[in-house]
Amino acid sequence: MNTEYAIRIRNLVKKFGDFTAVDNITFDVRKGEIFGFLGANGAGKTTAMRILCGLSRPTSGSGTVAGFDICREQEKIKRNIGYMSQKFSLYPDLTVRENIRLFGGIYGLKDREIKEKTERMLDMLEMKDAGGRFAAELPLGWKQKLSFSIALVHSPRIIFLDEPTGGVDPETRRRFWELIYDTAGNGTTVFVTTHYMDEAEYCDRVSIMVDGRIDAMDSPAGLKERFAARSMDEVFRIVAGKAVREE
Amino acid sequence: MKEFRASVKKEFLHIFRDKRTILIVMIMPVVQIILFGFAVSTEVNNARVAVCGDMSDPQIRRATERMDENKYLEITAILSSPGEITDLFRKNGADAAVCFSRNFGSRIPDGRASVRIIGDGSDPNTARMITSYISGVLQDTAADIDISVSGEKQSSMTPVVQLMYNPAMKSSYNFVPGVMGLILMLICSMMTAVSIVREKETGTLELLLVSPVRPLWVIMSKLIPYLLLSAFNFATILLLSHYVMEVPVNGSLALLSLAATLFVIASLAIGLLVSVISSSQRTAMLICGMGLTMPTMIFSGIIFPCESMPLALQWFSDIIPAKWFIILVKKIMIQGDGFTAILKELGILAGMAAALLAFSIKSFRTRLQ
Repeated sequence: MNTEYAIRIRNLVKKFGDFTAVDNITFDVRKGEIFGFLGANGAGKTTAMRILCGLSRPTSGSGTVAGFDICREQEKIKRNIGYMSQKFSLYPDLTVRENIRLFGGIYGLKDREIKEKTERMLDMLEMKDAGGRFAAELPLGWKQKLSFSIALVHSPRIIFLDEPTGGVDPETRRRFWELIYDTAGNGTTVFVTTHYMDEAEYCDRVSIMVDGRIDAMDSPAGLKERFAARSMDEVFRIVAGKAVREE
Repeated sequence: MKEFRASVKKEFLHIFRDKRTILIVMIMPVVQIILFGFAVSTEVNNARVAVCGDMSDPQIRRATERMDENKYLEITAILSSPGEITDLFRKNGADAAVCFSRNFGSRIPDGRASVRIIGDGSDPNTARMITSYISGVLQDTAADIDISVSGEKQSSMTPVVQLMYNPAMKSSYNFVPGVMGLILMLICSMMTAVSIVREKETGTLELLLVSPVRPLWVIMSKLIPYLLLSAFNFATILLLSHYVMEVPVNGSLALLSLAATLFVIASLAIGLLVSVISSSQRTAMLICGMGLTMPTMIFSGIIFPCESMPLALQWFSDIIPAKWFIILVKKIMIQGDGFTAILKELGILAGMAAALLAFSIKSFRTRLQ
């Protein structure tokens, strides 16, 4: 495995019939980097992310995720990545502990390991007393922190966050980003899609997808300078405004 | 394997946590069996029969007494003129009427005595049952009368009808296999479809698929808990039908279980297929509840015999797995057939189960891509 890059993607294309959802994208993500993957709805973000997670095969192009080939080694990729979806991603009818145990089990952790991790996780999230509560009863902010921690239960090299903070207030979002920073600080690569441009500012680098292509990619500061914009919001409007594809 | 165990365990937690599921799984079979057994029985008990004839005639009295003694019939009215019959029917005062001709007794020797049986055709099935009971009784009486009049039995041929396997013509022999098919089909397909669609709705299915558990095992972990649940249901229905409905189990229990397992697999596969095409739990329930139950009821021979359907519909009924399962249950439970006698039906059901499973898994996986 290349020691410097967590994700390397070359000329990735995904077509559904005549429709080209992902149109020849190429990019690298460094290890331990927080990489923001932006784009309007329908720009092809989700399709691209599904390929990176080993859920779907590209029509053409190549690449590696966590050092494994995206076309041939999908099982190995799945073992080495964590994934948290935009939707609420815990089982509401299971308790907090049961949720942790389930995902620990699914990722092949040993029972003893799961027990240790459960206690450590509840400690860290300050949810010691909530272990027996059903996930459905938790406040949204807690649920998101918990599903984030569960996505990290098997210590993946890369974590994919698909609009992780949808529907929460700015303060909760800010605290959630502290968790993300801690995780990246420990050497885990963070690949995140988001709608909130204030979050894009927190990323080390961002790419903006328009009509299946990556039209801009740089650090937030670099992008702002290039487009002479004061905020990422403005950058996004300039870049994504060129879209011709219908949502 | 450990990954797989974890997801099966989780599925069981879902089942036992959801009151609705538990209610459907535990209560529905019992309710259905009891309902079909006692309320929807097609047997006729205590049919009310009106007799029209001259009660001073000893032959008519004899025939009337015979009818009254029959446990299915009950004489509720003696009428003096045939005109009253219509009236009585209209007031719902009788289910059938027997009308003896004038001078019945004295006409017997020259063979001109006649008797009419009048049924209430607004309910043809019941009418047919009652009139056949009555004519059975009258035939017996006629034989006696022949002997008493001329000293010998006159009619040269008296058909004796005997129903193999079900001499008492109990309708439970027909509906127990039917209900068994219906319940297993409904529970397996509906529960599976709903549980998968629920995960689609909440987005948790994606989490399972992005995990290293292979898609095939994700599917299996959904199917296996319901396979076990249906084993429980199957046992409940069997116990109820044997001890409450008194339906015999003449054949081998192992064969019966084999047939049930094949049928359950076919139903689970159908559930999986439904989950692929439906986007909400409600749709899935509707498709299973209406889209699967109705054809199963109509075309599997539970209510309407397949033999009397138009040819095209008979062909259609051949593709309904429940039809073959019900045939198998009847053959094994009631006729007591062995393995070689049911090889054809077993083969068809196994083929259907395999094909449905393969097809549904394939379309499920295609849908994920």
